[in-house]
Amino acid sequence: MNATTAMEVNIEAKRILAVSISKLYASRTQRGGLRLHRSLLLSLVMRSARDIYHSSRECEAPSCAQSAPEEPMETSSSPEEPIRQPEPEPQQATAGSETASDPEEPGSEAEEYDCEITEDKENMSPERQSRKRRGKASAAPDFLPSKRARLEPGEERHAAPLGSCRAGAGDSLTTLSLNRVIPAF
Amino acid sequence: MAGPGGDMQWCFSQVKGAIDDDVAEADIISTVEFNHTGELLATGDKGGRVVIFQQEIENKNQPQFRSEYNVYSTFQSHEPEFDYLKSLEIEEKINKIRWLPQKNAAQFLLSTNDKTIKLWKISERDKRPEGYNLKEDDGRYKDPNSITSLQVPVLIPMDLMVEASPRRVFANAHTYHINSVSVNSDNETYLSADDLRVNLWHLEITDRSFNIVDIKPANMEELTEVITASEFHPHQCNTLVYSSSKGTIRLCDMRASALCDKHSKLFEEPENPSNRSFFSEIISSISDVKFSHNGRYMMTRDYLSVKIWDLNMENRPVETYQVHEYLRSKLCSLYENDCIFDKFECCWNGNDSVVMTGSYNNFFRMFDRGHRRDITLEASRENSKPMQVLKPRKVCTGGKRKKDEISVDSLDFNKKILHTAWHPQDNIIAVATTNNLYIFQDKVN
Repeated sequence: MNATTAMEVNIEAKRILAVSISKLYASRTQRGGLRLHRSLLLSLVMRSARDIYHSSRECEAPSCAQSAPEEPMETSSSPEEPIRQPEPEPQQATAGSETASDPEEPGSEAEEYDCEITEDKENMSPERQSRKRRGKASAAPDFLPSKRARLEPGEERHAAPLGSCRAGAGDSLTTLSLNRVIPAF
Repeated sequence: MAGPGGDMQWCFSQVKGAIDDDVAEADIISTVEFNHTGELLATGDKGGRVVIFQQEIENKNQPQFRSEYNVYSTFQSHEPEFDYLKSLEIEEKINKIRWLPQKNAAQFLLSTNDKTIKLWKISERDKRPEGYNLKEDDGRYKDPNSITSLQVPVLIPMDLMVEASPRRVFANAHTYHINSVSVNSDNETYLSADDLRVNLWHLEITDRSFNIVDIKPANMEELTEVITASEFHPHQCNTLVYSSSKGTIRLCDMRASALCDKHSKLFEEPENPSNRSFFSEIISSISDVKFSHNGRYMMTRDYLSVKIWDLNMENRPVETYQVHEYLRSKLCSLYENDCIFDKFECCWNGNDSVVMTGSYNNFFRMFDRGHRRDITLEASRENSKPMQVLKPRKVCTGGKRKKDEISVDSLDFNKKILHTAWHPQDNIIAVATTNNLYIFQDKVN
């Protein structure tokens, strides 16, 4: 997939995500209560859109380092930059258990670990899955907590370790929808 | 479409409902159903009302005399309710009406909203007693001293009065929204289905029902599909089917076990990978399932097509008819304007040779299975002169638009035909637009 198509798909996916989220919220005020069938279909579309959004961003990242979608990434990851330096040491243990042999990996691990810590601070207890917090976080795709590590040129993205915020953020979108959808039942 | 004596032509017969373009939400028709003889036609609306029309049997020896459907009874079936525990309003909209086969002079039907099913008795009264000894005709009690002789009260004819009374209320058995009701061929039991469960009831017993299908996962986060429709087999009282949002149909045999979670047959067609899109899952969701009258086939409706399945073949349908394939490239807009969630129904004609379903722009489609022909017709006030023959309509999908064709972009997606019904014996169809009911008949040559 070339960069242009990836960007188009990305924009389309983002748009569909936005539309879906607004539909999900609108359905909460509908007469007769939440419709399980409709909510399920919405969450399926959101999941597809999210997957395509993330995979098309992956395609973009290696090919265009300075392209527009990267901008929000840079601004959001810059506060984490200073922290990156002191972190690598404690992260060696974590990195060691990973299969990655790339020397840059601890860096991205640190990034993600930072995010996890940040997220933990926000949520106090990750298991509790504070719905309120996550709801705000995923109110609109532009604010998607896509706290993915900013890749250095030439770096490859490896499978996110368990508990990383990327998986957390990605899953939370769908988990959020279903969690929010189902509570009344 | 060939029938005895040449091609069938459909003519306008009647239209019921307000002429207003401004549609009151309560008047939106939500279900249409003929009874087993076709003499009665019931509609349910969003306001919880049921209106029953009766066919006036005119001189059947002279077929050019068209028999008309006139209002027979109107009653408020369901009222809006409030679930205080969940702080949820329960809509009064009638989701389904199903007639019971007639056993005596009265007629019975089941009507349901999202949570409660009711059995209604519709009976006629055309005589009243007159000549009581102790009462005057207007009801006042007579002065006992003025009574000097005895008389036997007589029944005298009166204007026909049709009374509807609720005989049973089947409540509190569904956590989710009821989408289907189906009367069993044993005439004693019926099923009701919601998003995750199917319950079996006895018509006489309201405080208990058996749960026969339960697809609720232990962890709701793992929910992947819901039940969208369910029906009993027309002859085999042990057999039922239910369709899912994933496009599958499961056939269950109640003799196999008390809980029919394990299906006897699973009908599923593999997805065509070239059609994959964001919305593949939504458009494969089945909105209606109907057995053929002979019980050998069943028909399913998903967003773009109608499929006929042979009950003996599970891996693919025997026939597939495209209802409005030109919408496949518009799925994104249809998602945005919510039309992609529309639940179209479908129906068989009396001898299972033709199937019918609705579309947008007040179009409806018929597929003649035997002759492999299909036709698109329109229900509109413009074509509503008595006995006016309906002209076939055509949607232009691209390139030059021919005269009389309508382009896809000109279709009115607010005018949708979701509910249609076919008379069990004759070529009479009832087609519901948003708030009007059209009745068409086949032109007798």
